[in-house]
Amino acid sequence: MKNGRDARTTLMNHAELAENFIKDGERTTWHDETLWFVRKKRDLAAFQLPEWEALREAASQIKHNGLSNMHDYLVAFEEKATANGIKIHWAMDALEHNQIVHSILKENSIAEIIKSKSMLTEECHLNEYLIEHGVDVVDTDLGERIVQLREEKPSHIVLPAIHLKKEDVGETFHKYLGTEKGNKDPQYLTEAARQHLREKFVSRKAALTGVNFAVAETGEFVVCTNEGNADMGAHLADVHIACMGFEKIIPERKHLGVFLRLLARSATGQPITTYSSHFKKPRPGQQMHIVIVDNGRSQQLGREDFRNSLKCIRCGACMNTCPVYRRSGGHSYHSAVAGPIGSILAPNLDMRKNADLPFASTLCGSCSNVCPVKIDIHEQLYKWRQVLVKEGHVPFGKKVAMQAMTFTLSHPGVFKTAGKVGRSMMGLAPFTVSNGLNPWYKQREMPAPPKESFREWFSKNRNGQ
Amino acid sequence: MDSRAYILEAIAKNQPSSNPLPDISSIAVVDYDVVEKFKTILEGIGGQAIEIQNLDEVVSYVKSYFNEGQRIISTLPELASVAEIGWQNQDPHTLENVELNILRAQFGVAENAALWLTEAQLGQRVAPFITQNLAVVIDKNNLVATMHHAYDRIANAEYGFGLYLAGPSKTADIEQSLVLGAHGSRTMTVFLLS
Repeated sequence: MKNGRDARTTLMNHAELAENFIKDGERTTWHDETLWFVRKKRDLAAFQLPEWEALREAASQIKHNGLSNMHDYLVAFEEKATANGIKIHWAMDALEHNQIVHSILKENSIAEIIKSKSMLTEECHLNEYLIEHGVDVVDTDLGERIVQLREEKPSHIVLPAIHLKKEDVGETFHKYLGTEKGNKDPQYLTEAARQHLREKFVSRKAALTGVNFAVAETGEFVVCTNEGNADMGAHLADVHIACMGFEKIIPERKHLGVFLRLLARSATGQPITTYSSHFKKPRPGQQMHIVIVDNGRSQQLGREDFRNSLKCIRCGACMNTCPVYRRSGGHSYHSAVAGPIGSILAPNLDMRKNADLPFASTLCGSCSNVCPVKIDIHEQLYKWRQVLVKEGHVPFGKKVAMQAMTFTLSHPGVFKTAGKVGRSMMGLAPFTVSNGLNPWYKQREMPAPPKESFREWFSKNRNGQ
Repeated sequence: MDSRAYILEAIAKNQPSSNPLPDISSIAVVDYDVVEKFKTILEGIGGQAIEIQNLDEVVSYVKSYFNEGQRIISTLPELASVAEIGWQNQDPHTLENVELNILRAQFGVAENAALWLTEAQLGQRVAPFITQNLAVVIDKNNLVATMHHAYDRIANAEYGFGLYLAGPSKTADIEQSLVLGAHGSRTMTVFLLS
C-alpha cells in the first residue's frame, strides 16, 4: 500500500495527518465548503418532512429494539435466509471474514471478483487479503474505483473520493484507463469508467456487495446505490457474496420504510437512492452467501456508554457537518470509517491505535443533531476521552498537563498566582507562549493578555456590594 | 466453540434489556396530491414523466425516439409491435446490447418517485440496470403517498428480488458534479397511465 492509511498510521496521529492535509489552503477551503454544501442539501430534504423528528425517534427506537433482541433476531434471520436458499456464514473477526470470502471463491475456482461499496470490507482489509492470495479485485463504485486505481483509501463512507479534485481524477484515468490527457470533464470521465467497468460486470463470475439492512422477519437484505453497480454485479454473477456487520439487522420489513426515508435524505439530500434492492432468494442457478461479522461489535454491545454507536446506518451526515472533519479530511482519521462516528467506533477495535480520534472533535454536538438514528455521538466522544485517559492511552505530555491543571483548578491560591504569572509572562516575555512548543500557537496568534483577572476586577469594583 | 456459537453467546450476554418497538402506523404526514408530487420529485431526480391515456401512446413514443436497429425489450405484451417479448429466460449477459427496456411497475411512491417492481415485472433482475434507457408504465391510481404506505401495500408478499427504482442511474463522485448514467440506465421515463 503506497499511499495507504496503514503505512502512515503507525507514525502519525490525527493532528499530524490533518496538518498535512491543510497545507494546501485553497483545497482545504474547497473540501470544507463542498461538504457543507452536502450538509445543506440534507437540511433542505429533512425540512420538507414535517415528520422528520418523529422519523428519527422511531428509527432510534427500532434500532434500540434491534440491539436489545439481537440474539433472537440473528437466529430468526439465519433461519429465514437459509430457508430462502441463502448460505449464512459467521465470522468472529476480520481475518475469519476474509478467509470465508476467499474460501467461497476457491470452492468455485474464481480468481477475479467485483465489489460494490462495503465499509465492512474496508474495516477488514479484504482487498489486501484477497490480492495477497492471488485474487484480482475491482471496486465498481466510481469513487471507490478512483481511489483504488490511486492506491488510496476512501476518505468518506458515502463520497469515497471527496478529497480529490477533477484534475486528479483526470490524471488517474489518463494513466490507467487511457482517457485524453488533461481532460477533467466529470461527464467524460464518468463515461470512461462506465465503459471500463461494464466490461468487468459482464465478465466476472463473483460479485461482493455490502448490506444496508437485513430483515429478521423475512431473511431478505437491502442494498442501496445510486450508480446501480451493486446490481450490475450481483445479477450477472454466478456467485453473490454479501458481507454485513450483525448490527445491520432490523426487526421487520415495514421498518425499511422508516430507514429508507432517512438514509438518502441524511446522506446526500436525495429523497431515496436510485436503487433500493431487496435480495431475498438467489436467482435460479446462482449461489448467494451472507457473511455475518462480529469483529468487536459484540464487545461494543456490552459497553453501555458506547453501544448506541451500533445503531449507525452509515449515511455520513455527521462527517458532512463536522467542522473538524471538513477541515482535516477523511484520511487524517486513519480508520475505515472517518469523522465523528468513526471516532467512537474505532477505539473499540483498537484503543491504543485510535486513542487520538475522540480528541479530534470540538464537541460542538452538530453530529448528534443531524444523526438520523439519534446516536449521542458528541457525548460518546467525551466519554471515550475519559476512558482513554483512565486506561493510559493518552500521550504523557497531555497527561502531565491535565494533572497540573487539576491541581491548579482545585487550589484557589495556586490558581490566583498562576494566572498572575501567566498574564505577566505573556506581556513581558511573549516568546514563552508564542513558540512552536505551544500547540495553541499553531496557525493562530495568542490573544493579548488582560491587565487583570476577573477576581481582581471584582474585588476592586463590586467587593462588599 | 464455532464462531456462530461464540458470537451469539457474546451477544446474548451483552445485549441491553429489551425495548419495545415504536408504533409507526401514523408517522406519515401527507399534505400533497400524490400525482403532482410524484411528477415533481421524478423531474427533480433526473427522470421524465409523461401522462398517457393508453399504451398506444407508448408505441408512438418508441417509434418517434428510437429506430429499428436498436434493441428494445419489454415485459408488456401490448408493446409487441415495437419491442421484443420473451427474453426473460435468456442468459442475462445477452441483454448487454439493450437500448430501451419498457417495464410495468406494481406501484409508485409519491414522496420519492420510487417505483416498486419484483421479478414478475422485471422479467430478469438485471434488466432495468443493464439497459441504456429505461421506461416504466404505472397506473396513476397505483401511486401511494409515502414509504410507509408502500410497505403496507407490499405487506408479506413473497418475492425472490424486489426493487425500488427512482430515476436514472447517477453519480457525483467526481467533485460532487452530478452525472446521469453511472452504471445503470442513462435515462428514466415514467408513463403515467390514466
